[in-house]
Amino acid sequence: MWIGGGGKVLFPPCAAIASAVPILQKDKAVAGAYVIELDNLAYSYGGGELLSDISLRLTPGSFHFLTGPSGAGKTTFLKLCYGALVPTAGHAVLFGKDVRQMDRDEIAEIRRRVGVVHQDCQFLDHLSVAENIALPLMVSGRDVSAEDQNLKELIAWCGLTHRAEARPPELSGGERQRAALARAVIMSPDIILADEPTGNVDWEMSERLLSLLVELNRMGKTVMIATHDLGLIRAAKTRVQARVLRIAKRRLQLAGADL
Amino acid sequence: MKLLSPAVLLRGEPQADRVVPPTGFTARLTLFAAAAMTFLAVFALALSLATGRLASNWSEELARSSTLRISAPAEQVAAQTEAALQVLATTGGVARARALSREEQQALLEPWFGPDLPVDSLPIPQLIEIIEDAQGYDPDGLRLRLAAEVPGAVLDDHGRWRRPLVKAAGRIRALGLLSLLLIGGVMGAMITLAANSALAANGQVIAVLRLVGARDDFIARAFVRRFTFRAFWGAALGMFLGLAALLALPEAQAEGGFLTGLGLRGWHWIWPFFLPLVAAMVSFLATGAAARRMLRRLA
Repeated sequence: MWIGGGGKVLFPPCAAIASAVPILQKDKAVAGAYVIELDNLAYSYGGGELLSDISLRLTPGSFHFLTGPSGAGKTTFLKLCYGALVPTAGHAVLFGKDVRQMDRDEIAEIRRRVGVVHQDCQFLDHLSVAENIALPLMVSGRDVSAEDQNLKELIAWCGLTHRAEARPPELSGGERQRAALARAVIMSPDIILADEPTGNVDWEMSERLLSLLVELNRMGKTVMIATHDLGLIRAAKTRVQARVLRIAKRRLQLAGADL
Repeated sequence: MKLLSPAVLLRGEPQADRVVPPTGFTARLTLFAAAAMTFLAVFALALSLATGRLASNWSEELARSSTLRISAPAEQVAAQTEAALQVLATTGGVARARALSREEQQALLEPWFGPDLPVDSLPIPQLIEIIEDAQGYDPDGLRLRLAAEVPGAVLDDHGRWRRPLVKAAGRIRALGLLSLLLIGGVMGAMITLAANSALAANGQVIAVLRLVGARDDFIARAFVRRFTFRAFWGAALGMFLGLAALLALPEAQAEGGFLTGLGLRGWHWIWPFFLPLVAAMVSFLATGAAARRMLRRLA
């Protein structure tokens, strides 16, 4: 089955990390010391302020959790981190460039460097799982075949080999999350933002997704996971040095001490 | 936002083409709108071309001919006819002139009075047909000469009824062209509506594509190409149906008048084949504008 025309995908070269797939190797230099800088950021919608006075700097290769009660603004915060929303006050600087200064094409370029996994991961239902995973390559103009070895390795890494030809509605919650994660990392992004990635899966699948995210972090990716699953955070802290942030009363706080 | 170039349009973009769901009511709406509008456009085009042809014929043929009527007492008709022919023979700009025979005059009256009209027993004026040469004659000068030499002669240069006919034909032609423009506009509007509906219905597709880093021009190209080809094939279908309907019209007869002459003649048959291309172009522009607008709104 073909996703596009002929030709090979231009993936990064294979690395010696046995558990990794070549597609995930770090191949981009991050401009500046921070991948994301938020400076006195605020965001208002419909006359009400959802986020206020938020300042944060994410260094390359760091691991973060974002917690807070439902409706606190975690998803809004993540959207501000990949340019889906523009702050109403303050600055959001992504890869050294202020979001306000970017046009829509530049925002699109930024999104190729940020892998996003949503809780309600959306797919194109008329495409197969493999095609959906390869979608970022397709939209960036690369020809990619489902027979491509690198794509196969990525699908295998997520444990979806047997579901590669299925349509997204046929997948279980956990399979959808893993497919979304594979799609998020296929461009070898610098940052992975995951919004409640374990919200719809059982503990075993949560562990597996967490392992994949930790593995990506060890490859040099910056990871931020929005979750209210404290068990997941505790499990992660045994494997990776993670900073825990909390959004409460519209503001961002460091919340590691109570975990 | 960079949009689709004609080369890319024809070559296709497999990646962009795949991301838009292939079916939906907007696909059928676009096909139907393009087919129906092109079907109507074929008739508007035929009307426009036919009236143009009629106007041209009336203008050229009637402009070169005129009629001289001799209304005189029966015993003077022959003499005045002879005198009039003499005058016409010496008039510059007259190529030839001849008196119509009784049978020809009867044939002219037959549509109104039937075939059994006793022409010989009626005081019918004698008609003389005048054919002009390329320069034409001076009607006012000829009238003065005839008034002096043939008192029963009345010159009719057809201008009195030719001008309104040509004017009417010209207006019908303009009406046909206006209809073509309106049809093109309506087709553009309907395709724009269909494109807007498709873009709105595919909001999730657009959201996913944006999430994974698709540029707006990539998304727009996927929709524009899809709609352009749908409009082209719909218009091609409408064109063939329209041409079939034109072929089914009765042939123009001498007594058939204006309506039966509506079909296309000669090289005019080429024109309808441009309609699918025009429809595709209308769709290309309409969908491109709709896509840009919608993507800006969804941003």
